[in-house]
Amino acid sequence: MSDATIAKPARFRPATEESPATRWALIAVSFAGLAILVLAPLIAVFVEALADGIAASLKSLTSPDARGAIRLTLTIAAISVPLNAIFGIAAAWFITKFDFRGKAFLITLIDLPFSVSPVVAGLCIVLMFGANSAIGGWLVAQGYPIVFAMPGIILATMFVTFPFVARELIPVMIEQGRAEEEAALTLGASGWRTFRTVTLPNIRWALLYGVLLCNARAMGEFGAVAVVSGKIRGQTATMPITIEMLYQEYLSVAAFSLAGVLALLALVTLLLKTALEIRHADQLAATHRH
Amino acid sequence: MHIEIDEISKQFGTTAALHPVSLAVPSGALVALLGPSGSGKTTLLRILGGLEFPTSGRVLFDGQDATGLSVQERRAGFVFQSYALFRHMTVFDNIAYGLNARPRATRPTRAEIARRVTKLLELIQLPDIGARYPSQLSGGQRQRVALARALAIEPRMLLLDEPFGALDAKVRKELRQGLRDIHDTTGLTTVFVTHDQEEAMELADLVVVMSMGRIEQIGKPQDIRARPATPFVREFITA
Ligand SMILES: Nc1ncnc2c1ncn2[C@@H]1O[C@H](COP(=O)(O)OP(=O)(O)OP(=O)(O)O)[C@@H](O)[C@H]1O
Ligand SMILES: [Mg+2]
Repeated sequence: MSDATIAKPARFRPATEESPATRWALIAVSFAGLAILVLAPLIAVFVEALADGIAASLKSLTSPDARGAIRLTLTIAAISVPLNAIFGIAAAWFITKFDFRGKAFLITLIDLPFSVSPVVAGLCIVLMFGANSAIGGWLVAQGYPIVFAMPGIILATMFVTFPFVARELIPVMIEQGRAEEEAALTLGASGWRTFRTVTLPNIRWALLYGVLLCNARAMGEFGAVAVVSGKIRGQTATMPITIEMLYQEYLSVAAFSLAGVLALLALVTLLLKTALEIRHADQLAATHRH
Repeated sequence: MHIEIDEISKQFGTTAALHPVSLAVPSGALVALLGPSGSGKTTLLRILGGLEFPTSGRVLFDGQDATGLSVQERRAGFVFQSYALFRHMTVFDNIAYGLNARPRATRPTRAEIARRVTKLLELIQLPDIGARYPSQLSGGQRQRVALARALAIEPRMLLLDEPFGALDAKVRKELRQGLRDIHDTTGLTTVFVTHDQEEAMELADLVVVMSMGRIEQIGKPQDIRARPATPFVREFITA
């Protein structure tokens, strides 16, 4: 080949990079999508909430029903999220660190709550623990009702949010393999010490992310909770359910104010995650071998 | 420590990784497990370290049955093929890990641990890297840190799985000598896995040639060269 046939490209560009026009078009589409689907509704919530001024909005939030709903939702998240974190870690640990038959089936089972409609999940809990069922009847007789009470709401929330932590952890733990754990064991560490000092630090970012997603969903769950809660105002009505009831009663300022609080709670968790990521950027880089 | 492998077999489901194999490793020897990919070298090494348990047969340490000993009880310094350094810990903390993991009664003081880690860093000729993370080390440096971490527990034996596998030829030669020196100063019974016959022949006192889950020949390097026991061995060592 002669030198003349080797034409120099006008500009060097990485093979995976698009032309500037395509790039700008893609960025524009992404932002437009985000703005229309996410940002606009979020802003609308706050605009509606403040339609009668901030005083009216705050006043609606201090009503006993609203306060009860906020307290209930926070309590439910505080109970179901840690429990699901523990279950999720245990499931991911079991699936990734051991070889056994039926592993694929177990992974499918973990995903089940994502494919089952939350309403169906709620109905299953009513069928199993309702006053007309054997277990539920006995529990009611003992003075521990499940359905139309807090335990049922927690069960429903946990069912719906079960996959979040495990799903975040499983790919990370598969990617990391077992070698570091095995090294710790050969160095004399017990199984528990190995878990605490090797496994947990290696999965902490995935765990945090899973917990935040789990938390957001736990606070926001509507369908499953609506079925099991009985929607008793101030008692079993969570924030999403109270919002819906207020909205049905045309109390739009009250409804949107509470919705605004729910959205703010979600935004706070997101900010928390971002802040942690920025603060621990160096460790993040160190724990990723690339 | 004298190691004896007595009719060990290992079955993974339907694959036989090891047919019954027997082997005696004299105290203080430097032994190479040599064989092609899939011949069962890693499986045998992991059984020695207690990371895998045999389907049948026994492992004896100094004449005592050690088959049922847990991985922690074996006190084998194990160097993994990919080194398996704790990526979220500094080099210092990696090396100190085994000492920190000891029960309080036998755990050295902080100062003593620091002193020992410093000494080990000098032994591997990397005195200044204690504060770094594994991701900030070269492959050869990682390998040496893994060796120091294994030595820190004052192991009864040293087990290394393809210790030089992922390194370039020049570094391999250097580290080979490094391992020989460390073996000679510590006097530890050492078993290492390799599929490089030149490496096995040059470094080991005793070479164990394996193929398809069987031991083909055990002997001193010069004896194996002079008198290959089977056609497989002849072909493998001249390849
Ligand atoms: N955990 C396992 N499950 C199933 N089969 C396994 C497992 N570990 C090893 N084997 C099989 O046992 C046989 C021996 O494997 P081993 O890892 O001991 O070989 P090796 O000699 O170390 O090979 P290499 O040089 O490639 O590392 C192989 O056929 C392998 O597929
Ligand atoms: Mg191997």
